[in-house]
Amino acid sequence: MTLDKCTRGQKLKITSIPDDVVRAQAIRFGIAEGTIITCEEVVPAGPVVLGMFKQQIAIGRQLAKSIAVQPINL
Amino acid sequence: MEHKNSHRGCITGKNIVLVGNPNVGKSVFFNYLTGRYVDVANFPGTTSNVICGRCGDDAITDTPGIYGISSFNEEEKITRDIVLHGDILVNIVDAVHLERDLFLTQQLIDTGLPVLVVLNMMDEALQQGIKVDLKALRELLGVPVLSTVAVDGKGMDKLKEAICQAKVGRVLPLVEEKLAELPTHIARSEKLLILEGDSLVAARNGLAPGVYREQIYGARRRFINEVIALSVRETSRQEVWNAVLGRWMIQPITGIPLLALTLWGLYLLIGVFVAQTVVGFTEEVLMGQYYEPTVRAVVGHFVSPDSTVSQILVGHFGVITMTVTYLFGLLFPLVLGFNLVLAVLEDTGYLPRIATLLDRVLMSFGLNGQAVIPLVLGFGCVTMALMSTRLLATDRERRIATIILALTIPCSAQLAIIASMLAGLGADFAVVYALIIISVFVIGGTLLNRLIPGQSSSLWIDLPPLRLPRISNVLKKSWGKSSEFIKEAAPLFALGTLCLGLLDISGSLGKIENALKPLTVYWLGLPKEAASGFIMGVIRREFGTAGLFSFPMGDVQKLVALTTITLFVPCIASAMVIYKERGWKEGTAIWVGVICIAFFIGGVINQLLHFFSNNLSSAFPLMMLAGTILLAMVAMLGFSVRGEK
Repeated sequence: MTLDKCTRGQKLKITSIPDDVVRAQAIRFGIAEGTIITCEEVVPAGPVVLGMFKQQIAIGRQLAKSIAVQPINL
Repeated sequence: MEHKNSHRGCITGKNIVLVGNPNVGKSVFFNYLTGRYVDVANFPGTTSNVICGRCGDDAITDTPGIYGISSFNEEEKITRDIVLHGDILVNIVDAVHLERDLFLTQQLIDTGLPVLVVLNMMDEALQQGIKVDLKALRELLGVPVLSTVAVDGKGMDKLKEAICQAKVGRVLPLVEEKLAELPTHIARSEKLLILEGDSLVAARNGLAPGVYREQIYGARRRFINEVIALSVRETSRQEVWNAVLGRWMIQPITGIPLLALTLWGLYLLIGVFVAQTVVGFTEEVLMGQYYEPTVRAVVGHFVSPDSTVSQILVGHFGVITMTVTYLFGLLFPLVLGFNLVLAVLEDTGYLPRIATLLDRVLMSFGLNGQAVIPLVLGFGCVTMALMSTRLLATDRERRIATIILALTIPCSAQLAIIASMLAGLGADFAVVYALIIISVFVIGGTLLNRLIPGQSSSLWIDLPPLRLPRISNVLKKSWGKSSEFIKEAAPLFALGTLCLGLLDISGSLGKIENALKPLTVYWLGLPKEAASGFIMGVIRREFGTAGLFSFPMGDVQKLVALTTITLFVPCIASAMVIYKERGWKEGTAIWVGVICIAFFIGGVINQLLHFFSNNLSSAFPLMMLAGTILLAMVAMLGFSVRGEK
């Protein structure tokens, strides 16, 4: 599934970030393919807020649509 | 790099560069080292220009906040070149966000330059239950690590000494290995960027960009994750008040009321308290009853009241009456009030959350949530806001944001005068005025999104932790900005009034006013003196606004004048920034375009109001006008949506 479909509180593993520039930017924040993140918030029709460690990052919906993730059950 | 005399005092004549992620407190360190004041805020992008200062014999450079050095955006490019030419890199790191910030740290270490790591905001880290093992961190990175709470001054006394001890750290083995592939004559620090595929640096050295970015970034990420596993311990993880509030701020159901409430509070504070109560005192009592009569009496003592000199000094456009009264009686309290409010908004971390909340709305204007920052800054000072458009990712977004800023956003000084004028006109006029400006904003943004080719980028914004504003920081910042404003504005305004005074005395003003009659009197329905207001407006926007109300006008005339001057050209300072950022061709186009649109819309409002009150004998011309604007907006949006399909 893609990141825009996630629900609040879900743990997710990033499986693919297709865009080169976005991938390079993401890895600086600690987000790479294989990273586990939490979905902290979904603004209806708006951005998705990811959480990892202590930081929060808001990602626009269009971008979230292009990022593939896999839900993780804990 | 050898530090022969580093045992005592500081190494001299070095180029020390402060580097760090956005919002980690670089500017506080810069202030501390150089004694100069720069903006300290709680959102990314405060330092959009490079600032230099001196500390003893060393040069200190503050750089824009970045997450890595490369060529992904303007700020990175600027920072990259400063870093590559630095002698010592002082890397400021947010102790709460090590997994993010240490990535940049390792990249700096990989450049092979001496590095000092400063772990800032240690108090917040402790509060959140994060314990950092400094000794382990020092060993793993191979560079000295200092811990501080910069805003409280903790640990700052050791800063200068620590800078002397900066040294070359442990470079990633992968980087060491690949470095050997490059010719030896290239500067060591540039080599890293070439390996990482930075096409600009590679081209500078006549080489093809390297292909190892993915590999190096991956290795760096893995190494940093290990470093964190070995040196950071989290003791607790609880939901605190700010997590809940942070959630409310970005969810539309709670976020929009919160935003509306915030704006209402701001209006009460600025539009009512400062603009009426405070300014009423400073302008009318302090300046009008004490200052001006005194100055007139003193001047009258030396020169006769009918002489030219007296006219210029204390006459209608008196350089020492009008200038001083407007600057200190009217503008200064208003600008200070606005800067206080902006400083609080910045310091709390609310702005990036507004960006997240409004992302969807801004997307229909071809922008993303990030554009909230220039737009909000625009209400403070359009010039500053235009500079901050640089943090937008694509040229298309920068172009759209520049035009919207130049056209629709009134700056604090102007807004303040507008607010006090509207307060005198009554609620119905205020609503119609707001409706006009908002509809220009919406229609303009939508059309720009339709007409300007290209693709805009998606939002990617870091949400800093919410914190209570620090009073000293807020006061210092707003005072600094406001006095800066007066220093910059005073000579320009004095020059402007002097020009107007000379034009007035020589009779040219009357000629210009008559020449512009078709525009001001027939089309806009204003008194012909309005021309002088528009001339002032070119010098500084808010002077134009202030100048427009130095002669009596009817309510409808005031509305038309307010609308026109709001949309009217930005001041000289911001026009310069537009030229600098957009080039002279596009800059001129924006300038001329904005003037035409301002007069066109002002005139249309005037003609419509007259049409409604004369021909339809309606008792509510304002309501008819509001209805027409809404219809126009709907029609325009409908047309735009159809065009998209």
